[in-house]
Amino acid sequence: MVKVIYKNSEFQVPGNTSPRKIIVRLGLNPESTLATRSGKLISLETSIGQQDEIKLISVVSGG
Amino acid sequence: MSGYSCRKCGEACAINMRQHRLALCENDFIEWVRKHTAEFIAKHRMIEPDDRVLVAVSGGKDSLALWSILLDLGFRADGLHIDLGIEGGNGYSERSRQYARRFADGISPGTVLHILNVRDIYGKSVPELARKGVRGRKKFCSACGLVKRHEMNRTARELGYTVLVTGHNLDDEAAVLLGNVLHWETEYMARQLPVLQGNDSGLIKRAKPFARFYERETAAYAIVSGIDYMPDECPFSHGATSLGYKEILNSMENQSPGTKLKFYFEFLRAKKKGLLQGYTPAELRQCGKCGEVTGSSGLCAFCRLIERARLP
Repeated sequence: MVKVIYKNSEFQVPGNTSPRKIIVRLGLNPESTLATRSGKLISLETSIGQQDEIKLISVVSGG
Repeated sequence: MSGYSCRKCGEACAINMRQHRLALCENDFIEWVRKHTAEFIAKHRMIEPDDRVLVAVSGGKDSLALWSILLDLGFRADGLHIDLGIEGGNGYSERSRQYARRFADGISPGTVLHILNVRDIYGKSVPELARKGVRGRKKFCSACGLVKRHEMNRTARELGYTVLVTGHNLDDEAAVLLGNVLHWETEYMARQLPVLQGNDSGLIKRAKPFARFYERETAAYAIVSGIDYMPDECPFSHGATSLGYKEILNSMENQSPGTKLKFYFEFLRAKKKGLLQGYTPAELRQCGKCGEVTGSSGLCAFCRLIERARLP
């Protein structure tokens, strides 16, 4: 399972996926979300393996 | 599927910008953002060589990334942080100030971060001012924006800066445009530009060098450059209309890459060709009380807000 961190919450999702698929699965918008793995920015199309840990970052600010 | 490769060097891609059909690695993305910031500044004549620049620095990703790039590009750019006095359960303003301060401590000597505290100057924080004002009762963000615009211009004018730059990105601009179109606010649309010239009444030239970048690009730049920015949204922004507009635009962008880019830049192009001709912005004069520029015939909106807040 892939460990996903988003806004102080943790989720487990099945591996062999991509950040884009995880973002959509969590009901977020890929246009307002970035992903990092081991602190490095990765494109939303990057292949994510079973043991990976990724962090999703919301980019929206303002009001 | 291993993901895209950088179009320039073939390394692993860090960001894929679908609206440009461009995938780049970290290093080439940093170069791309710097190059396009410099080109956008030059194209719109935002900053001239002898200008003294004041950057509005909230502590968030956009303003810190912008300040960093302006300094890298060799501009004389100091920062201005406005402490709004927002607590929000997690010391929002105090933490924002700390992010701005830490960033400023790490940049070139001789570069100044001015810190201004609204409560120290006016006796009340922005939430307190907003609660008392008509604007604030209806729209906190509107009162906050009014205070920031007033204080940014006043500070720039009093300290002799010639250009005031803000970190507004294309998502910010597209959201404002969508709101203006939905309400046919033609006068606001007429003055929505990446650069607004100053005038003799004391209006300082304002520029938005990031208005050509999507918000995910400015955030990506901050991340890959190692900029430690305030990650939290303002506690008062939940449910804000502008965030709703951003969400709508991002849903459309997800379905059709390039929607936001076309919406904003085709608007600017159409305006250049004569759209909104005749919709001239209100004539500006100086407020009799604070001396700042205003379109009102009496006190400016900021002074009216302060007066209401002082009423029992």
